[in-house]
Amino acid sequence: MLKKFAATVVGLAAGLSLSGIVAAAEISIALGAEVTSLDPHFHNLSPNNNVAEHVFDKLVLQDEMQRLKPGLAVSWRAIDERTWEVKLRQGVKFHDGSAFTADDVAATFERVPWVPNSPSAFTTYTKPIGHPIVLDPYTIQFKTEAPYPMLPVDIANVYIVSRKQAKAPTEEFNSGKAMNGTGPFKFASWTRGDRITLVRNEAYWGDKPTWDKVTFRQITNDPTRVAALLAGDVNAIEIVPTADMARLKASKDISIFRVVSNRIIFFHMDTDRDKTPAIFDKQGRPLEKNPLKDLRVCKAISKAMNRSAIVDRVMEGEAIAAGQLLPDGFYGTSPNLKPEGYDVEGARKLLSEAGYGTGFAMIIHCPNNRYVNDEKICQAAAQMLGRVGIDAKVEAMPSNVFFSRANKLEFSFMLVGWGSGTGEVSSPLRALLATFDRDRGMGASNRGRYSNRKVDALLDQALAMVDDGKREKLLQQASEVAINDLGIIPLHYQVNSWATRKGYTYVPRTDESTFAFEFKPGS
Amino acid sequence: MLVYFIRRMMQAVLVLFIMSILVFVGVFSIGNPVDILINPQADQEEIARAIRVLGLDKPLWEQYWLFLVNAARGDLGRSFVFNIPAIELILQRMPATMELAICATFMGVLMGIPLGMWAGLKPDSVSGKSIMAGSILGFSLPTFWVGLMLIMIFAVYLGWLPSTGRGQTRNFLGIELSILTWDGIKHMMMPAFNLALFKLSLVIRLARAGTREAILQDYVKFARAKGLRSGRIIGVHVFKNIMIPIVTVLGLELGSTIAFAVVTETVFAWPGMGKLIIDSINLLDRPVIVAYLMIIVFMFIVINLVVDLMYSVLDPRVRIAEARG
Repeated sequence: MLKKFAATVVGLAAGLSLSGIVAAAEISIALGAEVTSLDPHFHNLSPNNNVAEHVFDKLVLQDEMQRLKPGLAVSWRAIDERTWEVKLRQGVKFHDGSAFTADDVAATFERVPWVPNSPSAFTTYTKPIGHPIVLDPYTIQFKTEAPYPMLPVDIANVYIVSRKQAKAPTEEFNSGKAMNGTGPFKFASWTRGDRITLVRNEAYWGDKPTWDKVTFRQITNDPTRVAALLAGDVNAIEIVPTADMARLKASKDISIFRVVSNRIIFFHMDTDRDKTPAIFDKQGRPLEKNPLKDLRVCKAISKAMNRSAIVDRVMEGEAIAAGQLLPDGFYGTSPNLKPEGYDVEGARKLLSEAGYGTGFAMIIHCPNNRYVNDEKICQAAAQMLGRVGIDAKVEAMPSNVFFSRANKLEFSFMLVGWGSGTGEVSSPLRALLATFDRDRGMGASNRGRYSNRKVDALLDQALAMVDDGKREKLLQQASEVAINDLGIIPLHYQVNSWATRKGYTYVPRTDESTFAFEFKPGS
Repeated sequence: MLVYFIRRMMQAVLVLFIMSILVFVGVFSIGNPVDILINPQADQEEIARAIRVLGLDKPLWEQYWLFLVNAARGDLGRSFVFNIPAIELILQRMPATMELAICATFMGVLMGIPLGMWAGLKPDSVSGKSIMAGSILGFSLPTFWVGLMLIMIFAVYLGWLPSTGRGQTRNFLGIELSILTWDGIKHMMMPAFNLALFKLSLVIRLARAGTREAILQDYVKFARAKGLRSGRIIGVHVFKNIMIPIVTVLGLELGSTIAFAVVTETVFAWPGMGKLIIDSINLLDRPVIVAYLMIIVFMFIVINLVVDLMYSVLDPRVRIAEARG
């Protein structure tokens, strides 16, 4: 009798706690940036993509380390150098109940270049691979003009919409009418500037999401986002400000999840022009020669950087000293590249060997609202340069001014960051270190106009090498050449962080994305 | 009267025109929007395409001419970022800001006048002095700091109020209002108070000064001599007379509260126009910046006009000079 009673009580308790979970299967997450459009092909912008990821699927998905995994494609392989064959998942349904087939992929590739007024289009990913050829409802092929090993990475950036939405304008997505994807969540509502709500897609083909309902709040102000978490108004936040990190870690109500990001913070410098705009002698007169063209000077600057001090004091431990373009373990990183050691004497020696024993004066240009603690990093670097005889002055400005001026090559020495959207070294190599070439689309963000034939040649080879193993070797070599030649001066990798109330876990992601389906109850 | 009105409207058009030139040139000189809107992975061809699509490849004068032609038809351009007409975008965000600003103004009046009159009637009492000391704090403490402190106290430690956001809204005559739901009111209390703080201090000071001046006036002495209750003297005679400067100042303050609620909106993640304009400036979303400033300038012109017209209605001594404007 007593036993039975106890069993009933236990059962009841279990039932209660179970119902507790069921009733609480809602999560509210604060995003740190504003979502501006729900159209998954309108503006290639992180917060927009972050929301699209819940409602739409891609052929290939990226896991938390940005390794590729099957999405709407179950497999992909190069059947010859110029042809890729992709097998599609069967039995997948759009939110409106219609079946997903190869024709929807074709429709997506038609829509991407069509979207009107796009300020940053997804053609970056579709243009090099052309249109898919539909072989049967679950098989497609891509024929490329040249061997194109980046195809799986590129299709991992394109959200698949239904044929019905092939000509749906952006407005119809924003109103929710066209928000018809195959993703784990269905769109419910959007209040511009405030919140987006999603509900679970019961018919999702993959792991069933834990949450019945997800609310994404947009709280762009850092202290406010933290306060909303502390007050319990949201269950989780992204982009934990470094200033609050110590306090949140100490709180017993809060859990922190962190992982190194794919974003490197580095100095880019003018290694191209003989006369450079922001370097002077110590009296403020322009210099005859550009000292940054001398490898020894760049090496000296790199040695003058006390990276661990920047990481510990400026970044409050939320960064990792960098020695190459992506953290160790990412595709194409070289095991031979390590962060340059802090060496004031060595730096001084190199400078005097290069004929700058008395130093020179320089302006460090710096954004002040783009990267974590960007202006403070520049201030710290300026002081460190002072110790080796370089009078550095920091000029910080909002990113809307900074990037325009940087693109017009008005700077000599600047702090910038780069997040590798593909999770491969080819992304920063191609954008930052390849010789600037408008026609071939190389070096688009090479604001120092670094140019090294060897790097270009290795990169060209890599970008045409379909064999993954050989391609990685080539990318490693290209990284080694470019970094040892100081095409850029790496400082650190940012650390991505999320904070939740106790009782939630998150799988932190290197790509800074905040996915509701990666939050789980439990601690 | 009509001449006066027409003249004022012509002035308004001129101001709007000059404004649009200033903003256009200003935003143009900050930088190229595409440099900030484009995804870093994009190559040069894609950058060129975006510049072309947004019409930024044309020379400034041509861009401005196109803007004028469209503006004459009531179209101030489409937001680069949101891809919807800039005016529509701003009008969508306007009710949230209006509601906040009006609530804040009411708070300022309803709390400020009694407190100010009390301080004016009992200037040497502890309570009177405390009210004045409080109003100095209200003037001098930075809004963002007060906002964060309110959140820390009432949302984080006490847990009485929600920390941020707008809460539930209800549709009233086609406008989403949060004042109509309890959840909405709870969300609005802190941001409205934060925004009201400055006005509250202002009203306290005006009311106190007015009261002190008024109680020495002959009509008050006469009323006293006549044996009127002091409640009636203060509540009717003094009150009416101190209202004139308060109404004037508040009318103008309402305008600046609507236009510049930026800080409060940012701290409380309130989805109003102020947050929109800051984000738009950061992204160089020129159509939104231009449209916003034009709307604000227009609003100020209207408020000024209404205030001027009200003067002549309220105070018969003020006459609008028809002939000379």
